[in-house]
Amino acid sequence: MLERVVLVVLLLGAILLPFGAEAVGLPATTGIATQIVCLAIAAASLNLLIGHGGLVSFGHAAYFGLGAYVVGILWEHFRLGEPLLGFIPGSNQLLVTLPLAMLVAGLAAAAIGALSLRTSGVQFIMITLAFAQMVFFLFVGLQQYGGDDGLVVRRRNLVPGLDLRDAMQMYWLCLGLLVAWLLVLARIVGSRFGRVLEGVRQNERRMAAIGVSTYAYKLVAFILSGVGCGLAGALMANYLRFVSPEMMSWQRSGELMVMVILGGVGTALGPVLGAAGLVGLEYTLGGLTEHWQFFLGPILLAVVLYARGGLMGLLGYGRRHG
Amino acid sequence: MAEPVLLAQGLFKRFGGLVATDNLSLDVWPGELHALIGPNGAGKTTLIGLLTGEIRPDTGRILFLGQDVSRLSVAARARRGLVRSFQIVQLLDDDTAEANVALAVQTHAGHSFRFWRRAGSDPALLDPARALLRQVGLGQARWDTRVGDLSHGERKVLELAMALAASPRLLLLDEPMAGLGTAESLAMTETLRALKGRIPMLVIEHDMEAVFSLADRITVLVYGRAIASGSAAAIRADPAVQEAYLAEETG
Repeated sequence: MLERVVLVVLLLGAILLPFGAEAVGLPATTGIATQIVCLAIAAASLNLLIGHGGLVSFGHAAYFGLGAYVVGILWEHFRLGEPLLGFIPGSNQLLVTLPLAMLVAGLAAAAIGALSLRTSGVQFIMITLAFAQMVFFLFVGLQQYGGDDGLVVRRRNLVPGLDLRDAMQMYWLCLGLLVAWLLVLARIVGSRFGRVLEGVRQNERRMAAIGVSTYAYKLVAFILSGVGCGLAGALMANYLRFVSPEMMSWQRSGELMVMVILGGVGTALGPVLGAAGLVGLEYTLGGLTEHWQFFLGPILLAVVLYARGGLMGLLGYGRRHG
Repeated sequence: MAEPVLLAQGLFKRFGGLVATDNLSLDVWPGELHALIGPNGAGKTTLIGLLTGEIRPDTGRILFLGQDVSRLSVAARARRGLVRSFQIVQLLDDDTAEANVALAVQTHAGHSFRFWRRAGSDPALLDPARALLRQVGLGQARWDTRVGDLSHGERKVLELAMALAASPRLLLLDEPMAGLGTAESLAMTETLRALKGRIPMLVIEHDMEAVFSLADRITVLVYGRAIASGSAAAIRADPAVQEAYLAEETG
């Protein structure tokens, strides 16, 4: 009951945040919050894999970036008025770009996951990283879409009934999708599928002994987390009105992992806290000193060493037991 | 004429220079409790690995319910009902005892590509899980305990419940009494006795008292070879067994 109250208060606070930001004369906060929300969607998706499946992917920025590029490339073709590959018309409609971003990211995750999941442990970490680097360099080489420099999306996508040029509406859209995605993930984690995934994380040998061929379950989890990252990337591309290969660099993959660990592996709200924590630290430390990363390191180290459950653990909400 | 539940023929497995399983043939008949004994290093663990599919034999084949399962994976064999328990318990330590067994029940209630309904409160999973926990004698007060916090004896009992939840048509029990106290050992013996006749079992065990009181048939394994197979009385009387094994046991 108390948890429900806390959640409702948190949600209300998040909804009202733009007004508060205006009131205290820091309207830019809404923009930062939008970035946090987008990254939280990606981190929550990665958490399904790391926190619940025990599958440490070091390449999830690839799906984030692919989602972003779907928005960017469709915008580019919309702007030029020439169809992609001669038959796919460009688009500036969010209801087209968003599902397509999720589809493309999901397909890429299916292909990369199908190969990567034949390995495990450190090998799995390295192969997911290697595939992400391949995607990264593919986009660096795509001169048609700006190569290294990326693509500018001059106008945010259109949605019936909303004006995304308005910072608050953009924020609320992202927040709404984050809440919806967290609810979907919570259902998945508690479902029969989620139980099998949890079994894979805790003891894969046991799962085989009771007759579960784990590969297909791991692959579906990999695809789901890729889809979520695609959604996050597409929203981020809209927010930034810019996409570039940098969004899928290995540093970005590492940041997503840091968010999951910082917030609390295997918890529902941990990735959100992790995203808020990391972005918040970047902005506050970045405001204090140019060498903010020098101070970020020890802080992360302290959290990992002294708060095993991340920020959620510090708050007394560790990993739930089934 | 009836056919054996499990029939292993001419199993041979070599690890480098060590022959772990040497032309071993073995069968388990419906309703039978077949015990496998042998000194340390006799190849008992390798044999379990071969039968479950964790280890591939160099030669030989394994028939289960009349079908060749030699090429099937561990999971595929388990789905057909060739279910094992582990000597060193393999459980989901972060979950409760009830959730562990419920998951094992779930894996035999169709596929698990179900993404929406809560599994944790599904009576279709919890009711059978609770019945199994009662059957193996884990006290109800412990059902909600995190498995990592259970005692060794409780974990061994839970290990058996996990195997039973997987709808076994043959149970391969790898040292179910290992590490148990006297009272726990007796309780486990009685649990197995209650199961006997309903589910055929192949039991690897060091506890001779339990083996001689439970087994319909005993096979003695030495250096990867079955040197004798027969009733408890016949095995006790067998001079080769006495030389190779019982003498060593009794010092």
